[in-house]
Amino acid sequence: MSEAIREDSPDAPDAGAAPKQPTGQRWRRIARDGLWDNNVVVAQLLALCPLLAVTSTATNGLGLGVATLAVMVLSGLLVSVLRGMITDPVRIPVFILLIATLVTLVDLTMEAYLNPLYQALGLFIPLIVSNCAILGRAEVFASKRPPGEAAFDGLMMGLGFTAILVVLGGVRELLGSGTLFADAALMLGESFAFLEVTLFDNYSGFLLMILPPGGFIALGFLMAGKRIIERGRS
Amino acid sequence: MSEPIAAPHTRAPLALPALMQQVLLAAAPATLFGVWLYGWPALNLLLITLATVVAAEALCLRLSGRPVAGGVRDGSALVTGLILAMSLPPWAPWWIAVCGGLIAVIVGKGVFGGTGQNLFNPAMVARVALLVAFPVEMTRWVEPAPLTAAASPGWLEGMRITLFGHSDWDAVTSATTLDATRSAVSEGTGLAAALPEHFDPWLALLGYAPGSLAESSALLLALGGLYLIVRRVISWDIPITLLATLAAISALAHTIDPERFADPSLHLLAGSTLLAAFFIATDPTTSPATRPGRILFAAGCAAIIWLVRTYGGYPEATAFAVLLMNAATPLIDHYVRPRIYGRSRLGTPLSAQRKKQERS
Repeated sequence: MSEAIREDSPDAPDAGAAPKQPTGQRWRRIARDGLWDNNVVVAQLLALCPLLAVTSTATNGLGLGVATLAVMVLSGLLVSVLRGMITDPVRIPVFILLIATLVTLVDLTMEAYLNPLYQALGLFIPLIVSNCAILGRAEVFASKRPPGEAAFDGLMMGLGFTAILVVLGGVRELLGSGTLFADAALMLGESFAFLEVTLFDNYSGFLLMILPPGGFIALGFLMAGKRIIERGRS
Repeated sequence: MSEPIAAPHTRAPLALPALMQQVLLAAAPATLFGVWLYGWPALNLLLITLATVVAAEALCLRLSGRPVAGGVRDGSALVTGLILAMSLPPWAPWWIAVCGGLIAVIVGKGVFGGTGQNLFNPAMVARVALLVAFPVEMTRWVEPAPLTAAASPGWLEGMRITLFGHSDWDAVTSATTLDATRSAVSEGTGLAAALPEHFDPWLALLGYAPGSLAESSALLLALGGLYLIVRRVISWDIPITLLATLAAISALAHTIDPERFADPSLHLLAGSTLLAAFFIATDPTTSPATRPGRILFAAGCAAIIWLVRTYGGYPEATAFAVLLMNAATPLIDHYVRPRIYGRSRLGTPLSAQRKKQERS
């Protein structure tokens, strides 16, 4: 598994020794990678299972995105801090152990404070443990870089992941049921009520988009969109 | 030396535009009959579907940087649109036709790389997507009201039905034969008591029944299909195997329990069996390349049609059957291969030396 991850991103600047660029440029590079160039979903094609399963609404997408983001930042930080102590043969079990601990924390926190959202996401919160994007970042980035950069990388990768989850959830929710961020107040708290939008009244619903095939179709078009934008730039 | 050498050359089959014209011609009688049977709304639906697929095809060709005019003129999009329209409920609203046309050409064909590259039959992709997305609109079957009859809506009324829907669906809709079969079985009435009211083989042969736009007339579809076989646009293997397998399975089941399982004439004549056998499953892009492969493919289609109609969640299954077997086509092509000359079936070279020894 670790070999596969290494080969998946051969052009990633983080593979191998620390780069020699000036600091500002390096941090900008990390941000660009996480948000766009090396985006977890639309460039690395990782974490597709939770992505397709929970993005039937934008609210669910946002919820899972933020939960994953928290785990990514903390796991990046922890792995990087402990990287001197973890020997090569046991690194994968140790990474998983660290990630599982963090996910359990997030899981219990959400159950306590965001219970409706926790109910809606169900199994997919504990399943963040098996999100290969998190393990992937621990393996190719955090285990080789200083803690600050590793945490920042986790933040940017998590933001990129969250952005895709929200966009995909939004598109599917919009086409499938004609709303945006439905039940945001219920799931995220009263202060998020402003997000709720109903675009069409009396919309009969394009049911296919809510179902799993709709997720695949929308994701396909999202990836095509990224390539079109990149082609337009070059 | 550039002169062609006189020899018994094999004539190439028709080019793509000519092939597509033949398919359109063969499907025309059944379609015209459907338009006559269900009136102006059916014609509107047909025209909107055709316009949408042509526009979507032009868009796809433009995006992929290929010549638009030539690509549209080859007629493959029109065939997709026609087959899709033939399988839609005749009084469906305009947006069903537009959504269907866009899904068929863009999602069903364009994203795979255009004509000849698609994995699944584009018209059936759209048909299934619509059925899953809009179950209410896609299962509203109107009673036949021929253009000449008094009950048929006028042109203006037809426009209104296509654009805004009918005001009182209950008054004009009715269950299809397969719907009736399904509810008779699930309610435990038994087929022998329930069916005569809904299914008359002779009427079904002509096509005077509620159903999709042009799936009802068994006779005209079969004529169109035979024309395609005679003109060698399609070969006999898929339609004949599909119909024979379906007839065999349903005959066997019907003999075992006539109250539970419908007889072969219903399976062959009701629903879209003949449309699927002659016009949908025979799509050369999405069916296997070899004759044994195609026979396997058609038998699989027939088995799935029978299984879903009898035990599945939907009354009609030809679209699902064709899509599932489309998915199996690469696998079939992988395992069912013709023997290469000079090699065994498994691909190992035959040794001339050994042959000689065996003979002596």
